[in-house]
Parts: sequence; C-alpha cells; structure tokens
Amino acid sequence: MAMITADPKDVPQVASFSFTPEYMAKVEEQIAHYPPGRQASAVIAVLDLAQRQQGWLPRAAMNEVARLLEMAPIRVYEIATFYTMFQLRPKGKYLLQVCTTTPCWLRGSEAVMKACQHAADGETFSVQEVECLGGCVNAPVVQINDDFYEDLDEASMNKVLDALRRGETPKAGPQVDRQTSAPQGGLTTLKGE
Amino acid sequence: MPKVKIDGVELEVPAGITVLQACELAGVEIPRFCYHDRLSIAGNCRMCLVEVKPGPPKPQASCALPVADKQEIFTQTPTVQKARKGVMEFLLINHPLDCPICDQGGECDLQDQAMAYGFDRSRYHENKRAVPDKELGPLVKTSMNRCIHCTRCIRFATEVAGVEQLGATGRGESMEVTTYVEQALSTELAGNLVDLCPVGALTSKPYAFEARPWELTKTESVDVLDALGSNIRIDTRGAQVMRVLPRLNDDVNEEWISDKTRHAIDGLRHQRLDRPYVRTKGKLVEATWDQAFAAIAAKLTGLDGSKIAAIVGDQCDAESMVALKDLMASLGSPNVDCRQDGAKLDGPRGSYIFNAGVRGIDQADAILLIGTNPRVESPVLNARIRKRYVHGKCPIGSIGTAEDLTYPVERLGAGPATLRELVDGKLGFFDKLKNAKHPLIVVGMGALAREDGAAVLAMAYELVGKLNAVRDDWNGFAVLHTAAARVGGLDLGLVPGEGGRDVAGILEGCQKKEIEAVFLLAADEIDTTKLGKAFVIYQGHHGDAGAHRADVILPGAAYTEKPGIYVNTEGRVQVGRRAGYPPGDAREDWAILRALSERLGKTLPYDTLHQVRARLVAVNKVFAAIDQQAPGAWGTFGKPGATTDAPLKSAVPNFYMTCPISRASKTMSDCMASRSHLMAAE
Repeated sequence: MAMITADPKDVPQVASFSFTPEYMAKVEEQIAHYPPGRQASAVIAVLDLAQRQQGWLPRAAMNEVARLLEMAPIRVYEIATFYTMFQLRPKGKYLLQVCTTTPCWLRGSEAVMKACQHAADGETFSVQEVECLGGCVNAPVVQINDDFYEDLDEASMNKVLDALRRGETPKAGPQVDRQTSAPQGGLTTLKGE
Repeated sequence: MPKVKIDGVELEVPAGITVLQACELAGVEIPRFCYHDRLSIAGNCRMCLVEVKPGPPKPQASCALPVADKQEIFTQTPTVQKARKGVMEFLLINHPLDCPICDQGGECDLQDQAMAYGFDRSRYHENKRAVPDKELGPLVKTSMNRCIHCTRCIRFATEVAGVEQLGATGRGESMEVTTYVEQALSTELAGNLVDLCPVGALTSKPYAFEARPWELTKTESVDVLDALGSNIRIDTRGAQVMRVLPRLNDDVNEEWISDKTRHAIDGLRHQRLDRPYVRTKGKLVEATWDQAFAAIAAKLTGLDGSKIAAIVGDQCDAESMVALKDLMASLGSPNVDCRQDGAKLDGPRGSYIFNAGVRGIDQADAILLIGTNPRVESPVLNARIRKRYVHGKCPIGSIGTAEDLTYPVERLGAGPATLRELVDGKLGFFDKLKNAKHPLIVVGMGALAREDGAAVLAMAYELVGKLNAVRDDWNGFAVLHTAAARVGGLDLGLVPGEGGRDVAGILEGCQKKEIEAVFLLAADEIDTTKLGKAFVIYQGHHGDAGAHRADVILPGAAYTEKPGIYVNTEGRVQVGRRAGYPPGDAREDWAILRALSERLGKTLPYDTLHQVRARLVAVNKVFAAIDQQAPGAWGTFGKPGATTDAPLKSAVPNFYMTCPISRASKTMSDCMASRSHLMAAE
C-alpha cells in the first residue's frame, strides 16, 4: 500500500521559508477574506500559495504558514498531509498527474502513463498516478500543473512532453480535432433546418 | 426538562445532554471509545450506535445526538446489536491480536467491548497495516499498530493539557496519530494520555511489562508530591508500589494527575533509609533502634528546651506532626517551624488556604496570579485554570516571572512594585478584577517565601479588601502551596511559639551555638550547611540532604507506607491509606516519635492511630471533617512594609525534582533530561 502522507525522513528539508513580496500580497488577500481572529480559515489557500512559490511544501513552509495564521504547526501538518494535492516531497518543474481510473483506463491511459514514466526524470517531469480528475468525457486525461491535457494517446502525450521540454506551452485541452467535449471532426447534430 | 423513553422506561433528563448521557442516567451501558466525559465530542468511533425514534431509519451515534422531548431510544434491538458487531469488526480490521503481550491487557476497553459486543470470530485473511511507532517522551510508550483513531489523546493534549502538539496526519488507511515532528510532549500531564487511551496504543513507559492489573492490590490514597492532594489509587504487588493512578474527585483533581504524582514512585525504591544510623567518629554507622534512641537521649537529657529546635518537612502526615508538636512542647521548646521555605504565613486559617477551593476556579470570572507558576507548582490545578480560560470571559493576569502557562496571561509586571500599583488602582487590570463578580487572587509561595513576604501578603490582603473579594458567598483569596504538609502543619500550629525561632532563626541559632539539637522531621529543603555544629536528628524515609548531615537517623515511612491525614492547599482534610510496609526496620512516623518520647521520659499520651487522630481533632476541629474543606477563619493578616525590587519567581524552579522521592526517581531525571533537550531545541 502506498503511503500517501507520512513525512519520510529521507526528504531533504529546506532550512527556511518565507513568502516573497508578491506571494505575501496574495496571502494577505486570502487572510482578508475572513473576519479577524478567523484567519486560520485561509490555511488551505495559503498552503497552496506556499506550494506555488516553492514548487512543493517543505516543513519550513508549513511552519511559516502556521506562524502567519497563528495556528499550532500540527494543525497545518494535519491539513497538508490530508490533501493529496499538497506535495510533501520535491517535484519536477512539471507534475504529470495521470488519471488511471476506469474511463481513462478503458481509453488507453496505460500507454499515456508509459510515456509519462519514460519522461519522468524528477527535475523537469514528475509523475503521479491519480484517481478520477473529472474529465472522463475527454479520456484519457493528464493534469500538468494547472492545465488538463485531454484525449491523449502515447504519440500526442510525447508531443506535449517534447514541447514542454523545449520550453513551449502546448495548447491545453483536447489533443485531437475537437472543441472542448464537442464531437470529433465537427458538429454532428442540429446542423440542418 | 425533556422526557425520553429508553428501552421502554420513561425518564426525565436535563435539557441539552446527549442521548448517550441520558442512557447513562437510565443505567443503560453504551459501549464507546472516542467519547469521554471531559473531552469534546468527536463522534468518530461509531461504537455508541443506538436507534432513535423519531429519526432516520438507521442507527445514530448517541454520543453526538442531543436528547429531545418525547424521544424514544432503543439500545438493545437486533439492529443496534448488529451495528455494534459491525463497527467492532471494522475497528479490529487493523488491530493486532497481541493482547497476550500488550500492557493494556486486562484493562482494555477494546478487549472488554469486543467480548461484550463483538463478533466471536474473525473473517479477515488480509494483512494488517503497519504503523511506525512514535516518540512521545520518557513516559508514554507507543505501539501505533494498536491505535483505533479515537483521537482522545489528541483532544486531551489540545484541550486539557493545552499543548497543541498531537494530531492526526494523513487520511483513510494512512491516518496516523502523531506529533509529525519527532518530539516529546512538553506537558506535565502526559501520563493521563495512557489512562485515556482505550486500547494499548499508548502505554506507560516506566511501567512497561512490569505487572498485570489482576496481580495488583489497589489502595485508595492521597498524593503528597504537590499541595493539591490529588486523589490517587496506589497499585502494589507485594511490598512494591508498581504504579499510581488517579481517582475521580471533581472537587480536587477531576480525573487527572501530574506526571510527578504518577511516575516519581520509582524513587520509593532508591536511597531508602531502612535502619537507624548513629554518627560515630564522624561516620554514620548502622545501629539498632535502641542505640539510636540512646544517642538521642544522651544528647537531649538535661538540655534546656530553648536549645532544642524542630523543623518539619513538606510531605509529613498530620499524625507525625502533632506527635512532634507534643514532644517539643513536653521538652519545653518553642522552636518549631513547618515552613522550610520561610513563607510568611501564620495568620488566621483564611490567610493560608485556597479559600475558593479548586471548584471555585470554575466559578471565577477574573484571576490574578501573584508569584506563582501553577503549571509547575500544581499542573492539575493549572489545567483547571485553563479549563476556566477555555470557557471564556475570564481575564487572567500574572505578577511574577511565570512563563508559558498553556493559556494566555496578561503579564502585569514582575515585582512587588507592580502589585502596589495594582492595589492603588493604577493598572487597567484592577478594573477587570473590580468588575468581576468572583475575582480570584492566587498567591504563590514565590511571593510569600521571601524577606518581604509579609509585606506582599499585606498588599494582597489590601487588594481583596478593595475588590470586595471576600464576602459571605465568595472568598477569592487563595494561597497556592507547594508543600503537601504545609496547611496541615499550620492547622496544627507548627509555628514558633512565644519567643520561639522560625527556620531562619533556628539556622542562625545553630551557627551561634544557641541551638544545640535540631530535629528534622523529613526536612530536606533547608540549607543543611547552616546547621553548624548542632546535634541533628533526622527522621525520614530518604537519604537526602537532611540524612547526610544527621547525627542520628531514624528511618520513617513514605506516604505510601503509612496511614496518614493530609490537608491540601484548599484546606481539605484527606486520608491517605497504607499500600505497603516501610522497608527494613523503618516504622510509621508518629509511632517512632511516640517510642522516642517514652525513652526521653516524656511519654506521649497516645498508643494507637485512633488516639493520635483524636488528638488531631482536639488540637484543631477541622481534622474531624474528612474530605471536607472547612472554611477558613478570616481576619487581618500580613505586615505592611517595604518591599524589594526582586521579581516574584515561582517557588518551584524544576517541576520534576521537588522532594526526596522525586530526586531519587530515575524516571523524573529522564523527564528532566528530555525537557531540557526540548528547551535546547527551541
């Protein structure tokens, strides 16, 4: 069974963490959403900001979030370990979250996964197997950082990965000829009078 | 009040309680793991399922369901029984079958409830999950495979102990109860986690694999390691005290005890005085009782009473104190003192007890701490203050150097000058106290055991006067003692008589050779180097400071080895019972004094414990009302005068080592090492 959470002692922790001024402004905006004294409610948003700044969530970042929100550090650890979206180990520049739940699997997610695993080097790409991402109509789906890449197969996956490697930003969404989840090859209904 | 029907029996119950509590009132047992009377409701173990009408057609968690009028509750239906069986089966999915090697075996909620409500065989063939054990310090041993995630320990640490260091990380099958960062818990109440744990996940480290519950003899007694007088149960096997557990008493310790109370007992096995000693040619030599008494008689016979003095220790029972008082009186000595630390307390009873009582803390709506750090002086009482803080609307101020008390405190200042300003109404906190209906002024030994203690006491007296804190319905003046014997000693009048000397005077007299013989009744907290050339008789149970200096040692009994009456800081008279016998030739303390008195030709007029206790009552009527807090007489006290600038430091610099027993305890020194390690890490 894969351990999702526990803080493995082999993770190289960073010595210290502080928000950059740009991120700090966003943190303050998040805290302002809640009445004074209830700043702890912003914890998930603030943890997400910390993860965006650092690329992952080292313990120093969680401690800093606890300090900012006046929470006990353990309460922050609880939240960060509960949600699988918080990365407690260093990740590559691009996190490939490959959906392997039934619809994607039926549509060939194994091949997509193979392509991703082949590309994973820990620096540019990291791979994570995830449960349903909610894009079943465009299966198979891979979430790369904040974007969904859909209707993939091994070839199109490799194309996306190559583009990312070159520093380009490939167009997110379906990688076949269709608009969002409309039929492939153009509209098929409601065409006539 | 809502009327409910529980298993067909109609019952009127207080509004606002839960279905589980209503069932308890009806005398119906509901199995539970996560629910605990003194913790917040979690509702996550699902063991307390019952059927409720009107309600959804599925079993309800009774611990989290409020009672409603005309509710019908069913606890024995087939649905409920099946639900319990099912829950039990789920709980056991990952619980190891290691009861034979588990320290909780025999007193395990899971074991008992699996027997009573569970399924009689297992249907699991899969592997159980493995969870790494956690490091929670020198007192709590973890075996996390056994954890069923009831979260009692997390709630206790967060709510009662006030150290938010335990939590549940991960989710689902990966959930773990942990501190996340490997560290010992920084609380003085860690031992209670072991009592709370319904399974064997948290067990006592010092007691690991020592004994089984059914081998132990249980004796209900009273703790003497701090002045709260926590009610305890002493478990012994043969002559050895194996462990100490709390006993429920809502007036005193609820159901908690401090780590010192619980774990200093290994000190009872080390450094014990088990036979009399007499110093010959500069060396302590083993002797018989007869020789020891002869040595004392040789010294005391013909010696003028004014040249004899007695100092009483901090853990003495009232019986031995009254015997010593009577003996000193018959020897004609007025030099008796029970205040080793020199606390300036000798006024009416109201001036030296915690008048409001521990229960009064719940009622207080503004609290001022003067020269006390209750967290180290009495952790259980501190938890009570924290409980009051958690309920809200109770400003707490502190004058002194108290550090982290587990609740926020308004730090008014450190020295007596701050108290002066407060009394004069110059600080904002004065108004908070003035506006409170039940202001509570807690004065610690840190404020009283100093040169200007009487002046500080006078200021506190002035303050309660200005606040009108002492009325018919409320007495908000509270002294927090650090010595279990102190209130008893003061009740018995063990203070210098006319022309007598107090502790400082006795020590001075020793050096000036005006005092030639000093009797130390388990008194170890004085500076023994100042005893000069005086002839020192030490009666006690540990080879500590007093015994090292002594010329004659009379081996006495520790608190677990003698029946004894103790008066706690509230002035509550409590009876400790004998759980075992003192080692070797050691004897009960009052009996030693009685025997010695005969040898000195001043035979004390009592031969049995009963007669000694009758004498106690004759000296002070409060001793007649066992387990009661007799109200303290009120009057003027303290001596107005100049104060120094020295900050009011707590009288207990180190929680883990305050008495001969805790100093002899290895567990306590482990705790100290762990705590200083934590401090260093911070």
